[in-house]
Amino acid sequence: MNVSFTTEELAFRDEVRTFFRDEFPQDILEKQNQAISLTRDDVIRWHKCMYDKGWAAPNWPQEHGGTGWSPVQKYIFADEQARANAPEFLAFGVNMVGPIIYTFGNAEQMQRFLPDILQFNTWWCQGYSEAGSGSDLASLKMRADLDGDHYLVNGTKTWTTLGQYADWIFCLVRTNTDVSRRQEGISFLLIDMDQPGVTVRPIVLLDGEPEVNEIHFDNVKVPVENLVGEEGKGWTYGKVLLQHERTNIAGVARSKYRLARLKARTARSIRAATPLANDRIFMRKLAAAEVELKALEYTELRTLASITSGKAPGPESSILKLAGTELTQCIDALQLEAAGYYGLPYVREQYAADFPPHERIGEGNETKSPLDYFNHRKVSIFGGSNEIQKNIIAKHVLGL
Amino acid sequence: MKFKKTSLPSTCSDCSDRAMNFSLNEVQSMLADSIEKFIANDYDFETRQEHAASKLGYSRETWRTFADLGWTAVPFSEDDGGFGGGPVDMMVIMERFGRGMVVEPYLANVVLAGGILQYAASDAQKQEWLRPIIAGELQATLAFAEPQGRYEIANIATVARANGNGWMINGVKSYVLNGGNSDLLIIPARTAGEQTHQSGISLFAIAADSDGVSIRDYETVDGQRAAEISFNDVAVGSNKLIGDVDHGHAALQQAVTDATIAVCAEAVGIMRVLTDKTIEYSKNRSQFGVPIGSFQALQHRMVEMYTACEQSHSLLLWAVMTLADGGDDASRALHSIKYQVGTAGKLVGEEAVQIHGGMGVTWELDVAHYFKRLTAIGQIFGNTDWHLDKLAT
Repeated sequence: MNVSFTTEELAFRDEVRTFFRDEFPQDILEKQNQAISLTRDDVIRWHKCMYDKGWAAPNWPQEHGGTGWSPVQKYIFADEQARANAPEFLAFGVNMVGPIIYTFGNAEQMQRFLPDILQFNTWWCQGYSEAGSGSDLASLKMRADLDGDHYLVNGTKTWTTLGQYADWIFCLVRTNTDVSRRQEGISFLLIDMDQPGVTVRPIVLLDGEPEVNEIHFDNVKVPVENLVGEEGKGWTYGKVLLQHERTNIAGVARSKYRLARLKARTARSIRAATPLANDRIFMRKLAAAEVELKALEYTELRTLASITSGKAPGPESSILKLAGTELTQCIDALQLEAAGYYGLPYVREQYAADFPPHERIGEGNETKSPLDYFNHRKVSIFGGSNEIQKNIIAKHVLGL
Repeated sequence: MKFKKTSLPSTCSDCSDRAMNFSLNEVQSMLADSIEKFIANDYDFETRQEHAASKLGYSRETWRTFADLGWTAVPFSEDDGGFGGGPVDMMVIMERFGRGMVVEPYLANVVLAGGILQYAASDAQKQEWLRPIIAGELQATLAFAEPQGRYEIANIATVARANGNGWMINGVKSYVLNGGNSDLLIIPARTAGEQTHQSGISLFAIAADSDGVSIRDYETVDGQRAAEISFNDVAVGSNKLIGDVDHGHAALQQAVTDATIAVCAEAVGIMRVLTDKTIEYSKNRSQFGVPIGSFQALQHRMVEMYTACEQSHSLLLWAVMTLADGGDDASRALHSIKYQVGTAGKLVGEEAVQIHGGMGVTWELDVAHYFKRLTAIGQIFGNTDWHLDKLAT
């Protein structure tokens, strides 16, 4: 048994660490440390910086412009990214639609879409859920009817994260209602959002943030060349996508550094009085979270080791999303608890770029803790709710 | 297959040039196989129950087999007549003993008594006591607990006073594993300092049949044997002092640490069995015309059991490797894994019984006995609250 990195892997770690220290836009890291929301331009700028470095797609094979990194390198990268408190890749282009296109798309589609994904010239969003189709995604109703050389698309997608900034959307649509299994009538379609008939309506979440959207499609014309793969195979492709999504879904690295920062804060005095570290009950909860984190880290490493040795990820990988999201929410709750009365001011505006820092209420980012706590309730709901995850594990891992 | 001394695991000095892996090396795999074969062929549940219910509480013949197969030699250095195994080897053994619910006194003899002799005894003492333990010829134990001490091993009220050339010992020890069967009792006693101080603790080897030793042995709830032992003016010779006077705490701590990790590995083995058995049972047991495993309320609970198992397994790997390295994180690893095993073990044990329904609460079914052993493991060497408190300090 051995969990140490090889000499080459350690050199790679140093390279990534140096990159975040010297080459990554420092103003963006500063915003991250102040919990200031990134603008659309910020997001595009740092993604382009990754492209310039050649690191725009850690999960892609080299032939499509990816890094071709080993699983261990990806792990190291994610760890360093979280260590630097750098933002996470916007997943929709690079981690979701990109792999679908290079796996199931044709040569023309690859040429047309992949370079713009890598360079972040196109902002992608995801059109899966509908008002009546959440956990039961296969019941989706948005129609795409073939009409000559194009599809006529009608329906409504919802929970579309950052759809207000997006240029393109990838959708699961119904192309056939006359099938024995409803999954077989679903196709995977790429849709340009800048055209008549597409309406984006923001949905404000419980933290006050218009993070997701409802997107209406009213007789939207989509050329047939925007169909990925075969008609009726969209469900199968979507499932493959979920496997790509599994990479880093547990957010272990992110949780590791959030918890370490929280712990470091407990040692500091609270407004010239007793530090939180003296509160035994709080520190016990924090210690329990640390144990949970370490177990999760090693579950991820076990998965990694098994992929590295050329085997499929073991069944233990199935618990990553479940345990990872529970830990994320546990850390959010601890942060809110640590803020005490300063978990109450609803001051979203002070996390905008133009807000004068000296006028902030509270020390550091403590008034951000309730916003994170409320916002992160979503993590056990999206990407297949945790109850759905349990159904999947029961069926596919436990054989029930 | 005999665990041969010639096929020692090599030390891992070139780790940093090998890819990350959690696999066992060749020797460890052989050890694992040989224990699994033994459990499968010679140690089914009925056999275990017979051993547990016998007068002795274990089988002499089985103990002989353990020694013949070399299992009693694993953690000791070659100089001491052992195989030079480390924490990973011990994990391999204990996880499998957990699966078989082995009642033979491996923890008392090998891990605790053997361990403390390895850490503190002189060559002559090792010759006298450790070699016979390895050979399976001497039953021994380490008395690590006192009635008032709860989980603080330095809290020692038993006193050893200088008495001519030797010592005079007075005090009481509780939960002495294998106490009623042991010929040799190794005890820490206070030779200086206050009752809770780490310094001033000395270690003594006392023959169980010495004058003034009174042993009240009992069965434990998990089918093992232990004893309350009192020492009334027990005279011991100077050659029975193990290690330096007043400096016994470090070795005591080390032996108890080894034992703690050992029962954690045992617990992980038990949790795995309970989870597998519960899933299997839910597929076969029908109610309302369908297998009960088709009910979502039960499926989700079994997923929780499975998650608890996997997370405990992962954390055990970290803890064992961290302890093998012996770095700064060692005590954090120890407290973390015992806390984890305590919480996960309680969940897995209770859920296994619940999902087995009426059968789960019978003496007849093995599930109940695995549950009892898990519960006992949660209770010894510091419970979850105690270990979490250490982590929070």
